[in-house]
Amino acid sequence: MTNPTINLIKAGRQNRRRRWMLVTSLLAVLACVLCCTMLLLGNTIYSVQDVIRALSGEPLKGVSFAVNTIRLPRMLAGLFAGFAFGIAGYTFQTMLRNPLANPNVIGITSGSSVAAVFCIIILQASGAVISVASIIGGLATVILIYLLSRGRSFSIGRLILVGIGIQAMIDAAISYLMLVSAEQDLPAAIRWLTGSLNGAQMDRLPPLMIIVVICTPIIIILGRQLSLLELGEQAATSLGVNTDKTRIVLIISSVCMIAIATATTGPIAFVSFLAGPIAIRLVGIGLSNIIPAGLVGINLVLAADLIGQFAFPYRFPVGVITGLLGAPYLIFLLIRMNRKGEL
Amino acid sequence: MKPTHHFQAERIVAGYENKTVIHGVDIVIPSHQISVIIGSNGCGKSTLLKTLARLIKPASGTITLDGKPLNKISPKQLARVVGLLPQSPIVPEGITVTDLVGRGRFPHQSLFGNWSNKDYAAVAEAMETMKITEFANHNIDELSGGQRQRVWIAMALAQETDILFLDEPTTFLDITYQVEILDLLTDLNRKSGTTIVMVLHDINLSARYADHIVALHEGRLVAEGTPSEVVTSTLVKDIFGLDCTVIEDPVSGSPMVVPKGRYHVNV
Repeated sequence: MTNPTINLIKAGRQNRRRRWMLVTSLLAVLACVLCCTMLLLGNTIYSVQDVIRALSGEPLKGVSFAVNTIRLPRMLAGLFAGFAFGIAGYTFQTMLRNPLANPNVIGITSGSSVAAVFCIIILQASGAVISVASIIGGLATVILIYLLSRGRSFSIGRLILVGIGIQAMIDAAISYLMLVSAEQDLPAAIRWLTGSLNGAQMDRLPPLMIIVVICTPIIIILGRQLSLLELGEQAATSLGVNTDKTRIVLIISSVCMIAIATATTGPIAFVSFLAGPIAIRLVGIGLSNIIPAGLVGINLVLAADLIGQFAFPYRFPVGVITGLLGAPYLIFLLIRMNRKGEL
Repeated sequence: MKPTHHFQAERIVAGYENKTVIHGVDIVIPSHQISVIIGSNGCGKSTLLKTLARLIKPASGTITLDGKPLNKISPKQLARVVGLLPQSPIVPEGITVTDLVGRGRFPHQSLFGNWSNKDYAAVAEAMETMKITEFANHNIDELSGGQRQRVWIAMALAQETDILFLDEPTTFLDITYQVEILDLLTDLNRKSGTTIVMVLHDINLSARYADHIVALHEGRLVAEGTPSEVVTSTLVKDIFGLDCTVIEDPVSGSPMVVPKGRYHVNV
């Protein structure tokens, strides 16, 4: 009796699934193209053969250094950080049901950033200490925002406004740390305020890679619970989701990704904010958008870095370019929320 | 026909952070029937429903399903037997009707949630019962309030629970759609024997559609039974503070409350 209906449902789902596959593959291809471009382009443009030979370990004068020591780490840092920012941003936005409720807007990335800056400049620490500190900084910011925005009832509008305030305060703290430090220089300051891939080093990358490899599957496995949390606390609970546990695991996984990515590249402005909404626009909302959001994150970071490096007479760090893209969208969302009376 | 369950709450006390709303309620949900909880604003009927549906943890007392306390049953397993339609569910922008209804299948699916034939069948049946198949591949945003409400109920139906709680499923709807929703829920109850427990605002519709009525006043259960046992002018005076005459509903024969205000009374 239900056959025509089942067929109708199947057809609709197949269409959406096909679109998901298509968009995801295109995003992956684009990411590959951008990765290759990152290796080929630079002060000198090397041939594909030279780049491949250098990558496979053949010592080539000039090429080996430029490709293996400068361009490869830069590309990998952008790749992993973009993926981490995209997925973590999407997770927060979906969990809190608002694109503004995002690590980049509500100060979580800044929290990680200030912890990393403090370790590097004041404690002269490196490696694991920075990673751990940035995770603690990110989680501490989450807790602080939660405590300050907790009123009689939970309000996302209040959480976002408190977060924006905290973000401004932390950024001021970062600026202060930069000023009092002995080795103050502009590129470093910009890295910790808006993010930059300049000076990415191979030996700094493993923590980021490890965290991404661990946390991405966790978030993907919890993807369906995440999409139920989106329907509200009550609906999720009655569908059998353990909401508190799920939320804590999701928050810790995404803050870990955000924190380590921030400790590596700085808080690349607005990537975690833009990736989710762009992915949703491209794919639709029925299926999980976690992987598409990560891929959009990669594409944003790598494309913005290439533009920053080569499109202007001066070289701009990646965060300046993504900031130019993200700020208008932030204003647009704030205006729309205000019109709807949500702020 | 759905299996018979024994769903019982004993001496439950529940409420919010610093306010107790339910003061020791004992209740047994009659299996395969439609029960309606009535009471004035703030009497705790919605809180009672949420406590029964495990959205609020009771401060004391026990709720058992077939003799087993709810908190001893895994959330997913419980979600296969007991479902709830919240009062104001949140709609994600741009989701299609099918995908939303399909989310009701969560407690039946494995880790990655690929749809089995059973999932397709359940979603299709839920959509047919709620008469929303024509919107299957539409975005929820395009639907009217009444249609959306049917989509939400379909999601709860796709969950295929034996017991279904609904928190004011007809609020904000025109009278036409209120009757339509209540008819559809009665279809469901008669066709598959689903036990339905809901909070309704309209006492006359409650009296017409309920097999069993539970009257709540200031967090205490003051009367329960069939509509004709419970809905009397004394009870309405007691729990709503309203003077009224109770007559027989000319359409259904159930009791019907005719309020007496200060004006337009011809006696």
